[in-house]
Amino acid sequence: MTTTTDRRTVRYRPPAQLGGRGPLGGSARRRLTIIAFLVPALTILALFVFWPMASALRLSFTDASGFGREEFIGFANYVEVFTDPNIVRAMGNTVLYTVLFTPLSVILALALALALNSPRLPLRGVFRTWLFLPFIVSLAVAAFAWQYLLDPQVGLLNFWLRGLGIQLGNVLQDPVLAMPTVVFVAVWKSFAFYMIVFLAGLQDIPSSLYEAAKMDGAGPLSRFTNVTLPLLGNTTGFVLIIATIAALQAFDQIYVLTGGGPYRSTQTVVMQIYQSGFKDLDLGFASALSYVLLVATLVLSLVQFFLTGRKAKDAH
Amino acid sequence: MTTLDTAPVRRRTASAFSAKIGPSLFFLAMLVVTLIVLLPVFIIAFTAFKPIAEVNAFPPSLVPTEWTFDNFTRIFTDLPFARLILNSFVFAGGVTVLALAFDSLAAYVLARIDFRGSRLLLIVIVASLMIPFQATLIPIYQLVADLGWVNTFWGLIIPRAADAFGIFFLRQFFLSLPRDLDNAARIDGASEFRIFRSVVLPNAVPALLTLGIYIFVNNWNDLLWPLVFTTDQEMGTITSGLTLLTGPSGIVPYGVMMAGSLIAVIPLAVMFLFVQRRFIESVASTGLK
Repeated sequence: MTTTTDRRTVRYRPPAQLGGRGPLGGSARRRLTIIAFLVPALTILALFVFWPMASALRLSFTDASGFGREEFIGFANYVEVFTDPNIVRAMGNTVLYTVLFTPLSVILALALALALNSPRLPLRGVFRTWLFLPFIVSLAVAAFAWQYLLDPQVGLLNFWLRGLGIQLGNVLQDPVLAMPTVVFVAVWKSFAFYMIVFLAGLQDIPSSLYEAAKMDGAGPLSRFTNVTLPLLGNTTGFVLIIATIAALQAFDQIYVLTGGGPYRSTQTVVMQIYQSGFKDLDLGFASALSYVLLVATLVLSLVQFFLTGRKAKDAH
Repeated sequence: MTTLDTAPVRRRTASAFSAKIGPSLFFLAMLVVTLIVLLPVFIIAFTAFKPIAEVNAFPPSLVPTEWTFDNFTRIFTDLPFARLILNSFVFAGGVTVLALAFDSLAAYVLARIDFRGSRLLLIVIVASLMIPFQATLIPIYQLVADLGWVNTFWGLIIPRAADAFGIFFLRQFFLSLPRDLDNAARIDGASEFRIFRSVVLPNAVPALLTLGIYIFVNNWNDLLWPLVFTTDQEMGTITSGLTLLTGPSGIVPYGVMMAGSLIAVIPLAVMFLFVQRRFIESVASTGLK
């Protein structure tokens, strides 16, 4: 731990009596204060994040069912995760969901943030408030509204589209269209949060940079690619990571809209964890599946960390 | 979408067309986009006031031809809805209050006091952000069950009474406050808790408000969590309760559902109207982006 001291030369360190570290690590009273401040949060995190992580790893090697004795069964659960065609299908569905959801929601959020940041748009504040509304509606509630809108008989959207000559049919019962529909609802629900983050990032870009680019004869498109995009790099990286994590953990809209159907076409990994763990009470297997999801999330996040250059926590 | 972005930055020397008509076209385009985005919100609001016959009528309508409060009375008879509203407030409110208290205490130490191991602790906390909570849901459930907390507010609230995101978010904000403030108080002999409560917290109100709303909305709207930790209908939340309205044959009473959804959204909408501007500013100032 002592090595961390040299790496933080930039940061101001007050003398010991002002809270900085003294030569012997501070007085007993100071240590007690630090511990008292940290104990509530760390107890909760230890009990409900770190211990469950270790516990899930242990469970994943057993045939735990919530009843009777748990037998150690080695890698059998993991073998099943990667060989059961239904589970492999669920993983494929999760990948498909992520591949559709992340770019769509990020591009939509960026486009609307740019529009909302433009000084030429009258009533920007009003648009911001209204466009933010989907974020506060719960995903489950939004899913009910969309289900009603898309209903093949009495759905208004279906009715209007038919008027325009577009025949949608029963999209939620269609094995091919169900997944894009579920993703569409999720994008509708989530883009507003990413839009706000982009908006905050855009407001940090000094306008002098745009003026300088203008003086150099840069058109709108070149100003966007040469000024906006590079300076938004950290923001984009952060939004990409949180959107990907959100996609990997999709549950509510699937639970309400399709329940994983039709023919398991929208069954994702998290839906499967819920069903295996809390419906079939196959806790060992659900834990193994959870760990596969955990590792996938971790690897993807790390890849994005390094691809976007800097860690999200340094994105200031 | 690109046409929307480029419209506002046209050169000042451009013709009267782009100066006058351009912005209004831009405005109209945004208006159309906003109306499309808000269609489901309108559907929730209008359907809630439709009589049952009209909800399932063909051709469908957007605005009710006849307005009724039937759906609102039915939601209270079909579900223990008053109880569910109370549960939502206790659950989301309880998590918010406790998490704000615990997160800010930890964030204060991590941001304002240098101590051995603080950097490692921060790394561990940030790393835990990447753990999907579903991965730990089963052991958490077992723990909550062992404590006898299934179907209790304890079980709903305590596991979420502190979270890594909140600690990290507040730490970033606390870092940006000038250190002279607490050092002056320290020279005056103030205790760390006093500095925390009287110097740092009052200056962090925008960040606390933002995080508080974020936590409240997420828990108010959460479905999987109350679905797992409550088996008793009386202990559910509005969000989990509404999913119970779907009949065994898959028939959804949309009017009743939308009335319940409208009631569920109102507290959040009121909150957001008051703090929407601060929310953006706070995201900008914490370096969350």
